[in-house]
Amino acid sequence: MSSLTNSAHLGEVTNSQSALRNFLHGLPGVDQVGADQRAAALGTRSIKTSAKAQALDLAISMVDLTTLEGSDTPGKVQALATKAMHPDPADPTCPKAAAVCVYSDMVAHAKERLGTSGVKVASVATAFPSGRAKLEIKLADTATAVEAGADEIDMVIDRGAFLAGRYLQVYDEIVSVKQACGKAHLKVIFETGELQTYDNVRRASWLAMIAGADFIKTSTGKVAPAATLPVTLVMLEAVRDFHLATGSMVGVKPAGGIRSAKDAIKYLVMVNEVVGQQWLTPDWFRFGASTLLNDLLMQRTKLKTGHYSGPDYFTLD
Amino acid sequence: MTPSKDVARTAAAFEYAPAPESNSIATIRPHVGLFIDGDFRDGSGRAFKTINPATEEVLSEVSEATEVDIDRAVKAARAAQRRWARLTGAERSKFLFRLARIIQERAREIAVLESIDNGKPIKESRDVDIPTAAAHFFYYAGWADKLEYSGHGPTPRPIGVCAAVIPWNFPFLMLAWKIAPALATGNTVVLKPAETTPLTALLFAEICQQADLPPGVVNIVTGAAATGAELVSHPGIDKIAFTGSTVVGRQIAKSVAGTDKSVTLELGGKAANIVFDDAPIDQAIEGIINGIFFNQGHVCCAGSRLLVQESVFEEVIDRLKRRMAILRVGDPLDKNTDIGAINSKSQLDKITELTESGLAEGADSWSPECTLPAKGYWFAPTVFTGVSQANRIAREEIFGPVLSVLTFRTPKEAVEKANNTPYGLSAGVWTEKGSRSLWMASQLRAGVVWSNTFNRFDPASPFGGYKESGYGREGGRHGLTAYLAPTHFTTSGSR
Amino acid sequence: MTRLSVNKTYKLYINGQFPRSESGRSYPVTDAKGDFLANASWASRKDARDAVKAARAAFPDWSGRTAYNRSQVIYRIAEVLESRRGQFEDEIRSQEGAAASLARKAVDAAIDRLVWYAGWSDKLPQVLGGANPVAGPYFNQSTPEPSGVIAVIAPKGPLLGLVSVIAPVITSGNTCVAIASEPHPLSAITLGEVMATSDLPAGVVNLLTGPQHEIAPWLASHMDVNGIDLTGVRDADLAISLEQAAAENLKRVRRSGVEDLFSAPDLDRMTTYLEIKTVWHPMGL
Repeated sequence: MSSLTNSAHLGEVTNSQSALRNFLHGLPGVDQVGADQRAAALGTRSIKTSAKAQALDLAISMVDLTTLEGSDTPGKVQALATKAMHPDPADPTCPKAAAVCVYSDMVAHAKERLGTSGVKVASVATAFPSGRAKLEIKLADTATAVEAGADEIDMVIDRGAFLAGRYLQVYDEIVSVKQACGKAHLKVIFETGELQTYDNVRRASWLAMIAGADFIKTSTGKVAPAATLPVTLVMLEAVRDFHLATGSMVGVKPAGGIRSAKDAIKYLVMVNEVVGQQWLTPDWFRFGASTLLNDLLMQRTKLKTGHYSGPDYFTLD
Repeated sequence: MTPSKDVARTAAAFEYAPAPESNSIATIRPHVGLFIDGDFRDGSGRAFKTINPATEEVLSEVSEATEVDIDRAVKAARAAQRRWARLTGAERSKFLFRLARIIQERAREIAVLESIDNGKPIKESRDVDIPTAAAHFFYYAGWADKLEYSGHGPTPRPIGVCAAVIPWNFPFLMLAWKIAPALATGNTVVLKPAETTPLTALLFAEICQQADLPPGVVNIVTGAAATGAELVSHPGIDKIAFTGSTVVGRQIAKSVAGTDKSVTLELGGKAANIVFDDAPIDQAIEGIINGIFFNQGHVCCAGSRLLVQESVFEEVIDRLKRRMAILRVGDPLDKNTDIGAINSKSQLDKITELTESGLAEGADSWSPECTLPAKGYWFAPTVFTGVSQANRIAREEIFGPVLSVLTFRTPKEAVEKANNTPYGLSAGVWTEKGSRSLWMASQLRAGVVWSNTFNRFDPASPFGGYKESGYGREGGRHGLTAYLAPTHFTTSGSR
Repeated sequence: MTRLSVNKTYKLYINGQFPRSESGRSYPVTDAKGDFLANASWASRKDARDAVKAARAAFPDWSGRTAYNRSQVIYRIAEVLESRRGQFEDEIRSQEGAAASLARKAVDAAIDRLVWYAGWSDKLPQVLGGANPVAGPYFNQSTPEPSGVIAVIAPKGPLLGLVSVIAPVITSGNTCVAIASEPHPLSAITLGEVMATSDLPAGVVNLLTGPQHEIAPWLASHMDVNGIDLTGVRDADLAISLEQAAAENLKRVRRSGVEDLFSAPDLDRMTTYLEIKTVWHPMGL
């Protein structure tokens, strides 16, 4: 556990497979039951009135509005981009979403619509969602997205390699993809539903952060369970400890399965209490979601008007 | 990785707006009598006031029971006991299930009243005290018609009339711990709640009426120490169940000498919470926080002595302080409050006196910055480092949000220090190594050992102490023993 | 000329050894007709203190042994007792004036009682402990553990009474200091000889002889004694004062009472000096 406060040796832990393994397995364990309880306890915070209004706007501004379907078309992507820029067309005070998240071949269509709105384009890459391809293909996938104008790359790690203990391979891949990103920010997806244990989530978090990830992200949305509060808690704790050890901030993105404003607010409470207010901006915290946005908008309207709204009053994009 | 200038945004502080639970759900009558033989009646002593410790407002005036009232209550319980024990177990069982259900139905009302009278955060009364109390009634309801399978012989018999004297830290939960097993086994009860927290017990009296519980099966008498002493010394009492201080427990144990009264005592503690260098650190920090700040530290099994392996001392303290800094102290009825009010002026004085002794003895104190309300009784969460085994704050029960930190080097030293106390109620062990965890659990002289967790309670799990933390167990199959007639002449036993 | 017999000096049994009383005093023990039999040691406050110290020192090892091992040691006491039964029968007959058949019956009962209790040491945790189905992801288990050092005031009678109060205390891992029956102390010391040659570790059982009213208060008020068995106290006032003294550190108390020693015992002599320890551990991935 003392390794966490000592950043001096972080550079050396990737010198060899065994050094990396020793480092990752030397991280303090995570007791699942305790982590679940802590997450549940944070979930009981009661966020009302002014705090709720603040939280809803913040959450909207953190949404990576996502479509990752085989059936995606330029039209669908552009509609989504429009929605991201004007989530509530009737209310100009409504914040923009953080980004739209699409497959690499859709980046250009998204970029075209978003222009200089400030809404980013994020592209999944590296043989998303399984990550089962040669490194060259993953790098080419990344380059395609970057060349098309992606601001952010959401890569997946090779869970097979991770679970087999080939940590150095996973590390090298992240480093290579990071290089291929150029100026684009790199989000590293763990697919925590496949890693299963919180110990693995903590190790994957450190592995990705050491490799240069700008963000660590829970899930592809294609595997259940996707994002959960406790998994996000473990990642936030890793981010906090990494910051304490190195002074560097890393962002966190829970993705998949977050559908209600109520849930989103629980995540914000967790960010606030685990890593602190510094992380409460779209630069450091995102939600990978699609249906969440409309619920946030509905709750926002309820708060403003004092009565409950219905789904017909918000656009389906 | 720092974001580029154009995307850099400033995070605004996320302050939680007040989220108070409405207190209108709890009806507080300006005057409440004693509950004897199914009815409320005034006591013959001097009525006393119970106040809200968070505001110092008077909540209600409560009757004081004196000798005549106690006698009346014990006689009512005696008369009722014959009929109650003659009911089939199945019928008693249904009464207890009914009580459990009404507690669940009125949970919010009870929780609010508990927080107002006690000062504890609503999230604790709502999520811990009241649900666990209902669970207790559920658990023991199921035993009432199965006692012959409980390992107490083929024909278990009730003891008779039980005197229950309970403390102010978990008023309603302690009531459930006493009344549920007593009733399930065919005993009747005269219960005295603490003088600073009588209101939920009197609400329970209403619940008994609502459940059509036969008159006299449960009697509630209010008052202070004199009333309690009167009750336990009444010759009509067959069994005493006491939760409270070791000082009073000792007096009770002395007072029953030469009588046939059996006794269970659940007394003080000075639990060690032991953190090894391989602990699951984030959960250990939560366990330390929960161990000492749950219920303002007004917990007999609180993890008030933190024993940290020297190699991780600084890291643990740093993390602990960071965590303490975000504890929210204030209005007990605010759903986001983590630490509520100290229950009484006298308890606040005691905590203050002991912490001052810690400073005088050279220990270092630290508290996060927090604004305490102007009215009411409050104490900021506090951690003492540089504490030695000999300091009063390492030996005496503070019963407040004050943690004393000591260090150790080896597992054996941890065990020696943990056991080096006249108490033996609980202990915590934090390590990821299974065999060490089990070895530690076997060596610690304490009735409850929490490994990689702390302050967990369940009706199925026996609770009670070694040494001067008392004797007898509450909860689980073992909790029945105290309420069934002993085959021989013991005051206690763990059957 | 008849040979001059070599008479046995009855000393105390403390920490596996047979010291004389620190007091240097003794008292005469007579047979049923009042004729002198032997002198017994008059144990003092300091002997009681030494005995408690020995019992405390023996506690970690004895309670830490496997239940199987404790069981075997207690069974061994029964074996050795059986092999020396003649001596005990003689002592019972001379001390109590009992008929040969009654003395035989008492020794039989004492041996059988040891065997019964020997078998309990590895059954108690299963009978009295178990898993608790708590409403959460926890492994939760309760186990009985010995309370510690137990002071025992043995009932009247040379052997059966003493065995009946000591065996239940030590089978679960407690150690004890016993005050033998004041009028019948001789077999207690002979029993000590049996124990000393039965693989029973020093200090697990310590035997004092002498006046109950003088020794018992020191044990009742001793802060390093965890429990007290008042079975042998016949004086009601003494019983009350002992129970009150015992309350000072909340000793587990078994009150005095007359019981038929020949009837089958229950669990309560064991359970009085057992603590239930409940251990929680999370169950997670």
